[in-house]
Amino acid sequence: MTLLISAATIGLILALLALGVYLSFRIFHFADITADGSITLGASVTAILLVHQWAPATATLAGALAGTAAGALTGILHTKFKINGLLSGILVMTALYSINLHIMGRSNVPLLNEVTLSSQVEALGLPFFPSGDVLIAGWRVSLRDVMMLAGMFVLVGTIGLLLHLFFQTHLGTAMLATGDNPQMIRALGVNVDSILILGLALSNGLIALSGSLLAQYQGFADVQMGIGMVVWGLASVIIGEALVGTSRIGLLITGAIMGSVLFRLLVAIALRWGLNPNDLKLITAAFVFVALVAPATLRKLKPAAAPAAAP
Amino acid sequence: MLEVVDLLKTFHPGTPNEVRALRGVSLRLEPGSFLIIIGTNGSGKSTLLNAVAGTFPVDHGTITLAGQTITRWPEHRRASLIGRVFQNPFSGTAPNMSIAENLALATRRGQRRGLGRTLSRPLREELRDRIRSLNMGLENRLDNAIGSLSGGQRQALTLLMASWLKPELLLLDEHTAALDPKSADQVIRLTHDIIQRDRLTTLMVTHSMQQAVHLGDRLIMMHRGTILHDLHGPEKARVRPEDLLRRFDEVRRREQLDPGVADLLQRRYI
Repeated sequence: MTLLISAATIGLILALLALGVYLSFRIFHFADITADGSITLGASVTAILLVHQWAPATATLAGALAGTAAGALTGILHTKFKINGLLSGILVMTALYSINLHIMGRSNVPLLNEVTLSSQVEALGLPFFPSGDVLIAGWRVSLRDVMMLAGMFVLVGTIGLLLHLFFQTHLGTAMLATGDNPQMIRALGVNVDSILILGLALSNGLIALSGSLLAQYQGFADVQMGIGMVVWGLASVIIGEALVGTSRIGLLITGAIMGSVLFRLLVAIALRWGLNPNDLKLITAAFVFVALVAPATLRKLKPAAAPAAAP
Repeated sequence: MLEVVDLLKTFHPGTPNEVRALRGVSLRLEPGSFLIIIGTNGSGKSTLLNAVAGTFPVDHGTITLAGQTITRWPEHRRASLIGRVFQNPFSGTAPNMSIAENLALATRRGQRRGLGRTLSRPLREELRDRIRSLNMGLENRLDNAIGSLSGGQRQALTLLMASWLKPELLLLDEHTAALDPKSADQVIRLTHDIIQRDRLTTLMVTHSMQQAVHLGDRLIMMHRGTILHDLHGPEKARVRPEDLLRRFDEVRRREQLDPGVADLLQRRYI
């Protein structure tokens, strides 16, 4: 039970990563590797501020803002300096590795003794469950896990809703159109470059927020924690698209969140059944490969069957 | 009013693919005037349109529109003055967004886009009314993705979008060339109605001699990056498709001469 709750919590935290990846990869068709660096950036900024006794909410916000700066930088490299999109992301990601080490001063910052959002949320529930444990269907689960799950549910739900509302504003629809047909929206007076920079900033802000929350939940920030995260996010997005099966943006946002939780639960179960943790990234990459290739392959197979069915 | 002075544009300069697309084009267009541009392939007619729209910077010359020099304005800024319909029906609309969303985007052409709600109820009603006037039965499909529509329907909507906020200049780049004849007729009729109603200053490139003859109050024929003929008023009104074809033939005959000789002859006799 503890395992499932913890997996669901991490799934919700990483849903913010999935939303960020959804934004860059699906809306702008921009493979933004900055994510690997910005998730760690969010974690390291928040961690070091917490060590310096900042209020957790401020430290979390600062982590997210650092992510927006990283995303904006990738966008600027791509639009103003005409560097290939993938390479822009790689450059910023690589630079962030050193920056993250500088911010933390070492490769790992433990947060177990600091006041974090996680410990604050736990304190909220303490009056109701003074023992520090909650009984769920006969299982004893730590209050911290339960409160964190509830807190993340509310937070991620709110952010998902805000994002959905954003895509109904003038600016948000212009952003969708920029991804869909830049030529058209430019002819309607939108500065496509600025919108891309803004979009990548938003995307990496969400991703850094995810990293910040993850660090506080796990109780540490580590310079390696971002490796392969963009593929994680992509896997969640793809599962989410399969779950909701439409192109309606509101549903896709919900789908990305559900996809992240489901993916994390599947991983937890697989690990429980004895999957070697070292194989996790390999399997994730293979999964994303199959998910990206399968639709085209299926389409190729279909025409062979279609004429027979046609009258 | 649009005024274009001595535009020069060379693509891929200094390479074997060098193309001198505009070689000193000057043009003055009165407000409310509807100019048709014809010309052979590679004559520079689309280049002229794109230069005005700001798709690329010109090498030399100035472009003035509605009293403002827009030569150095980026494309998205010029969009506050200019409405456009492209040749490719896929270019003018966002395929994965709904009809209503696409039109709503056009209602703020060239304006600030903040965090206000895009599709308010009154706007939806207004969109529905305007779309109904197209007589294409699209008013009940406001929430369908534009990608599901035919090329003709898309061009009609793009035209509606380009003219939603009355532009200082409407640019039509062979906007019926990719359509079947019936859709093309429909879009041309709509083009005519919108331009008449709003008295829009218009530049329209076309390959169709029928359109060139029946539409517009002025016609220019371009060749090799220059304006070869410029027909106004009664002369434009009298012109028939055969006359235009004859002028194309002249160009073709001259083409067979050595370019240097052609230039010489042109200078001496035209």
